[in-house]
Amino acid sequence: MNFDFSDDQKLLKDQARKFLSDKCTRKVVRTVLDNTDSQYSKELWQEIVAMGWTATAIPEEYGGLGLGMLELCVIAEELGRSLAPIPFSSSIYIFAEFLKAYGSEEQKQKYLPKIASGEMIGSFAFPETKGTPRASNLKAKVENNKLSGSKLPVNDGMVADVLIVAANSDSNQNHNSLSLYVVETNQDGVESKLLETLDPTRPSSQTVFHNAECDQLGDIGEGWSMIENILNRAAVLFAFEQVGGAQTSLDEAKKYSVERYAFGKPIGSFQALKHRMADMYVKNELAKSNAYYGAWALSSDSVELPVAAAGARVSASEAFHFASKENLQIHGGVGFTWEYDCHLFYRRSKMLSLNIGSIRKWKENLISNLEKRNIS
Amino acid sequence: MDFNDNEKEAKFRSKVREFLDKNARKRTGSSSSAANAAAPETLQGKAAQVKALQDAKNWQAKKAEAGLAAILWPKEYGGFGGTPIEQVIYQQEELNYFVHSGYFEIGIGMLGPTMMTWGKDEDKIRYLPKMLTGEEIWCQLFSEPSAGSDLAGIKMKAEKDGDEWVLNGQKVWTSGAHFADYGMIVARSDPNAVKHKGLTYFFLDMKTPGIEVKPIEQISGSSNFNEVFFNDVRIPDSQRLGNEGDGWKVSLTTLMNERLAVGDPAGLDFDEIFEITRDLEVEDGLAINNSEVRQKMADWYVQSRGLKYTKYRSITALSKGQTPGPELSISKLVTASKMQDVSSYALDLMDMGGYVLDEKNPVLNNVFQKGLLFSTAMRIAGGTDEVLRNIIAERVLGLPQDTREDKTMPFNKLPSGKTN
Repeated sequence: MNFDFSDDQKLLKDQARKFLSDKCTRKVVRTVLDNTDSQYSKELWQEIVAMGWTATAIPEEYGGLGLGMLELCVIAEELGRSLAPIPFSSSIYIFAEFLKAYGSEEQKQKYLPKIASGEMIGSFAFPETKGTPRASNLKAKVENNKLSGSKLPVNDGMVADVLIVAANSDSNQNHNSLSLYVVETNQDGVESKLLETLDPTRPSSQTVFHNAECDQLGDIGEGWSMIENILNRAAVLFAFEQVGGAQTSLDEAKKYSVERYAFGKPIGSFQALKHRMADMYVKNELAKSNAYYGAWALSSDSVELPVAAAGARVSASEAFHFASKENLQIHGGVGFTWEYDCHLFYRRSKMLSLNIGSIRKWKENLISNLEKRNIS
Repeated sequence: MDFNDNEKEAKFRSKVREFLDKNARKRTGSSSSAANAAAPETLQGKAAQVKALQDAKNWQAKKAEAGLAAILWPKEYGGFGGTPIEQVIYQQEELNYFVHSGYFEIGIGMLGPTMMTWGKDEDKIRYLPKMLTGEEIWCQLFSEPSAGSDLAGIKMKAEKDGDEWVLNGQKVWTSGAHFADYGMIVARSDPNAVKHKGLTYFFLDMKTPGIEVKPIEQISGSSNFNEVFFNDVRIPDSQRLGNEGDGWKVSLTTLMNERLAVGDPAGLDFDEIFEITRDLEVEDGLAINNSEVRQKMADWYVQSRGLKYTKYRSITALSKGQTPGPELSISKLVTASKMQDVSSYALDLMDMGGYVLDEKNPVLNNVFQKGLLFSTAMRIAGGTDEVLRNIIAERVLGLPQDTREDKTMPFNKLPSGKTN
C-alpha cells in the first residue's frame, strides 16, 4: 500500500509552504481585507504564476506544465494554510477544469494558455439568489446566442476576465435542462459590482448580463451533469484548502494557549481546552485522510470520485469550521477583535464551505451517490 | 498513490492465504452477518465461551506449527521474525475467517515482549514457547479499584520476606484471569517513595495459593473481566522482572507493545446502519428516503471512512519501514463513540420496537441493542475517551501537563479520597 504523496510531491509541498510563509504573510491577507478596492493580492498572484502553480495541471499543449492533480492538491493545502487572497480556486480548480473537460479545441487554445500564464483569470457564475440552485430559480437565458440574466454571488467575479455561465438555452425545449457558456467580461453587456460578503479576502460580485456575447461550452442541455462532474473535481481541491486552514487554526490555538496564562498557569494545561484541541486534531486527521482518498480518486479518474469527493468535502468543511470557531473561542476576548487573526479563519471557513455548495448539499450528494453505487 | 502490496508483501499475503484456506473456514454472506460474526466475544452467549476457548487453543497450535503464531516475535522464540506490515497483513487476512485469536493477544502482543526484554534466559526458555502455542495463557494484572486511568497509583502491597515477596491487595478489570495460567503483575514495594518510583514488577502462576478470581458481570450480561484478590500470596524473588523500584519502567515495555490496531474495526459501523435504513420504515416511508436520516448517514460515512483511510496512511508508513505517526491514537476514541451513536440512532429508527433485545425472537436482529450496551465499555476500557484526549493533547500536540502533586510527593502522603 502506498497511500501517500510521492517524495517529489512532498518536496513541492514544502517549497510551497516556505514560499507562502514568506510571501503570503497576514499583512498581505489584511491588505485585501481592509481595502475594498483591492480584490486580490496582485503581487502574490504574480509570484505564484512565476512559480508555475497556475500551469500545474494544464496540459503542455495548452501552455501548462502537464503535472497531475496530486501536485495541485498539495498546492491547494498550502494556499488554504496561508489564507492566500488570490482567485486560484475559481480560475484553476473550476474554470480550467471546465475547459479541460468540455472545451472545444478552439476554446482550449484560446483560454488555457492564458489561464496557465496567469494573464487571464476565470471563474464560474452559477447561483442567482440565496438557496440551492435549481431549475426553478435559475433564470439566466440565452436567446439568439445572447446571454441575459443576473448571477449572485460570483466568487472572484470582480477580477474575472472570463466566466463559465450556467443558463437556459432557447434551443433546448426541456425546462429542467441547463447549458454552459463561456463569456468574456470585457464587453458592454457584462457588468459586475462588488458584493459585501462574510469573507472580504476572497471577494465576490453580482454580475449582470444584458444581451452579452457568449460561446457555448459542451453539449446543449448538459449543464447539470457537467457542473456536477467539475464540482466533484473541485471539491477535492477545496477540501485540501480547508484541511490547510483547519491545521493553521489548530496551530494558532495551540500557540496561544501555551503563551496565555490564567490562574497561574498556561491555559493550554487545562483539560477543558486540551480536550477541545484534541477534538480539533481528530477532525483534522479524519478530514485529511478523506481528502487523500479524494486525491487518489481524482488523480486516477476513478468511478469512486463522486463518493470520494463528497466525503472529502463534507469532512473538510466540518473540520475547518470546527477548528476556526474553537480557535476563536480559545483566544477568549481578543478572539472576536478585528486585530487578532481568528476571524480571518472563521470567515474563510464558512465562505469555503458554502462556495461550491453547502455541507448539507454535499451530504445529500454523498448518500445519493452511495445509493447509485449500490444499485449498479 | 495506490493500494497495492509491494512484491514482498504480496508474497507474504499469498502465503498467509494459503495457510488460512487450508486450515480455516472463510466468512461469506452479507455485511450484517459479517458484523455479527466479527462482533466482540462479549456479545456471545456464556456457553459458547467454553467451546470457543478450546477452539482457539487448537487454532493457535496450528498457527504455531506453521510458524505464524507470533509474526513480530524473533525466530529464536518460535516467532515469524516479521515486520509490522506483515503483522498487519496477517491480521487483515485472518479477519476473513472464522477463528478466535483474542485469548492470546495480551500474552503474545504485550507480555511476551516484556519477558524478552526483562526476563532471565531460563525463564524465556521455560515460558515463551508455551505462550506462543497457546498451551499456557497469560493475563495482565495492572488496574486496581483506585488505579484506573491513573495506573501508577496502584496500592497492591509487595513486601519482601527473605528471598520471597508477599502480595496483598486487589486487581480489577483483568481480562481472561478466569482461564489464565500465568500473570504479570505490578505492585507497590515502597509506599514512601514517589508514586512512579515505588513499584516492582513480577510474573506469577495463577494457581499460587492466596489468589482468588471473581468474574465481573458486565452491562451486557457476560463476563470478560475479573476482580483478582491477593491474600498473602508468596512468590519467589526470582519471578521479579527488572529491579526493585523499576516496576513502572517495566510496565511501560508492556504498554508500549499494545497491539497496533490497524485492522478493519469490528462491529457496528456505517455499513450496518446504512443497510437497515433500506428496510426500516419511519413516519414518511423507508428510512433511507428521509432527509434527516440521510444527513446522519453522511456523518457516519465520513467518520468511518476517515478512520479507514487514516489506517491506510499508517499502513503506508509501516510499509516504508517508518513508525506510524500519532494518527493511530484517534482510532479507539472515534470508533467507540461512533458505535454508541450508531447503535442509539438505529434503535430510534426502530422506534417503539427499538428496545426489544430478545435472543429467542428471530424477527429482529439484536446487534444494535447489544452495541448500545457494549459501546459503553468500549469508551472506557483500554484508555477512557478523556485519557485518550489527554494523550493526544500532550503527546501529539505538545500541550503542557496540568500541575501534578503526585510527581514529587511520597505516595503515602498523597490524598486518596474514596476507594470503590
